Amino acid sequence: MSILVGNNTRLVVQGITGREGRFHARRMKAYGTAVVAGVSPGKEGITVEGTPVFNSVERAVERTGANTSIVFVPPPFAAEAIVEAATAGVALVVVITEGIPVRDMIRILPVIKRYGTRLIGPNCPGIITPGVSLIGIMPGDIFTPGRIGVISRSGTLTYEVVSHLTQHGFGQTTCVGIGGDPVAGLYYLELLKMFEGDPSTDAVVLIGEIGGDAEEGAATFIAKCMTTPVVAFIAGRTAPPGKQMGHAGAIITNAAGTAAEKIAAFAQADVPVAEEPSEIHGLLRELLP
Amino acid sequence: MKIHEYQAKELLKRCGIPVPRGNLCRTVDKVRRAVAEKGGTAVIKAQVHRGGRGKAGGIKVAGSSEEAAARARHILGMDIGGSTVNKVLVEEVVDITEELYIGLINDRTAQAVTLIASREGGVDIEDVARATPEKILRYPIDPLTGLREEEARNVALKMSEDPEVVSRMGALFLKLYALYVDTDATLAEINPLAVTSERELRAVDAKMNFDDNALFRQPDILALRDDDEEDKREIAAGRQGLSYIRLDGNIGCIVNGAGMAMATMDMIHLYGGSPANFLDIGGGSNPRKVVDAMRLLVSEPAVRSVLINIFGGITRCDDVAKGLIEALASLEVNMSVVVRLSGTNAEEGRALLERNHIPTAASMSEAVRIAIEMCRQAAAGENRVV
Repeated sequence: MSILVGNNTRLVVQGITGREGRFHARRMKAYGTAVVAGVSPGKEGITVEGTPVFNSVERAVERTGANTSIVFVPPPFAAEAIVEAATAGVALVVVITEGIPVRDMIRILPVIKRYGTRLIGPNCPGIITPGVSLIGIMPGDIFTPGRIGVISRSGTLTYEVVSHLTQHGFGQTTCVGIGGDPVAGLYYLELLKMFEGDPSTDAVVLIGEIGGDAEEGAATFIAKCMTTPVVAFIAGRTAPPGKQMGHAGAIITNAAGTAAEKIAAFAQADVPVAEEPSEIHGLLRELLP
Repeated sequence: MKIHEYQAKELLKRCGIPVPRGNLCRTVDKVRRAVAEKGGTAVIKAQVHRGGRGKAGGIKVAGSSEEAAARARHILGMDIGGSTVNKVLVEEVVDITEELYIGLINDRTAQAVTLIASREGGVDIEDVARATPEKILRYPIDPLTGLREEEARNVALKMSEDPEVVSRMGALFLKLYALYVDTDATLAEINPLAVTSERELRAVDAKMNFDDNALFRQPDILALRDDDEEDKREIAAGRQGLSYIRLDGNIGCIVNGAGMAMATMDMIHLYGGSPANFLDIGGGSNPRKVVDAMRLLVSEPAVRSVLINIFGGITRCDDVAKGLIEALASLEVNMSVVVRLSGTNAEEGRALLERNHIPTAASMSEAVRIAIEMCRQAAAGENRVV
């Protein structure tokens, strides 16, 4: 079992004729993902990496039954690409694009909600259900099937954490990169809920970072509503205030959004917080029989 | 992106929000004349991006043009949180009967622009939020309809009992919201918004921040950027696609990914060292970025050792190794470097480094320990020379 992506996933790649889109379409296919279509306006009829290209998501859905989309479209056009996928009836949209203006995301979120579309990202590495399906840019070979769910605001830090998990015998059900932007799609609460409901997920690793107060909300939710144990890691303990640390969402403003506050919230919720990535598997070992 | 108070007030004024009459002055002489024109009384306000101007002595009231000149002489050239004051805003003194707080932000949880209003203006709103959260009103605005007239009026009704003031404030909210959305702002704050004895409103202080990701479509806002307020090296690094933030330690870091770069800084601290910077070279495979990153760190006098921490996903480790070898050949690098490579093509990358006698580490924690040790040895070596 898994969440969000699995054997039924049929993927359309929006922006497949671009450098990134083409490269990752090939990698996802090689991993075993059912990449059924690509979209690039005006290029219908060609194939990229053996995948048929359509002018619109609607056409791609009609012809191939695609139900999931991944977006590599450049920032000025990415928000419209997301809306296009939602209106075409795509159930899950994963947005890799970094640098989409916040105003655009705020404008489109209520629209895609109306269509019942789930959004992951933007500015995220994607989702992987190891051994089954990769919808993203993650290096597939560090993941292995197992019983740990992973939720993370980061990309490479997730790889670091997952490689430790894999090395120490903790495979993963599904790993979800929720992205580093301040306004995004599915976040901790929705995903924790899904992992709680997934019978094959025995524990969740939550990788947060400075900025905002979503980790505090997650801690409250875990304490109140979860029986599945959670282990957390927070990046940015030593980040200076007022500076955006790479991710648009990773900034301490007016002393709010600090790692210390997040760690305190997890402590109060009895969620163990690792001091470094290599401690996480040890904490899991203590929680899992 | 941040702008100065005088620039924010210019934007407010242009969309019809009343601000005090003022002049931007760069010299004492200009200040003297501006104050004389205002009838001899004025406020002199240092124009820097950093907060805490008042506490630092950067805001003073003067009762005559000579006093203003004396104040300006003191403020111009003053250092406020690392920024040198090179311009002041000279403004008329507003006769204030009441100080309110008005702000617009992007609320992450509500996923909406949110209007924040309080009758406790003129103080730090974070302090009000901590001490008396009930005195702060928060209204998330529906992105599909925008701020509607009756909503604006309803908030205004909670801010004043005076119908004249309520009507002016409702109009102000609508103008401020339109400005905020049109300019891709991420913060618009008027604190205090003064009510005068004539029952008029004045934005006595104003602050606006903008979304860096939207600057491509906001040329007028981009033109307001004051390069004197930004760290030159951080800006130059940004142009090369490097996300760089200087810190006060001595271990230089080159990392791919923002979360990983933060975790690397944290781990250096945890193991007893001190990072000189945050540096995310981003995704993709480009040896050039490693060369640029090395050049940047070599130019920083505080850096004693360099830690390169890469987990290759899209980034190919052999490309990173090639970039580093090129950097070491073309730059004068007189500090130790340790490299950790994992993920895509890590073995090829490590083989390249070993052939060139560049130290490698098997894990992130080993790399951090080695970098700290290298840094200690470098410092000890310098002490011996002295």
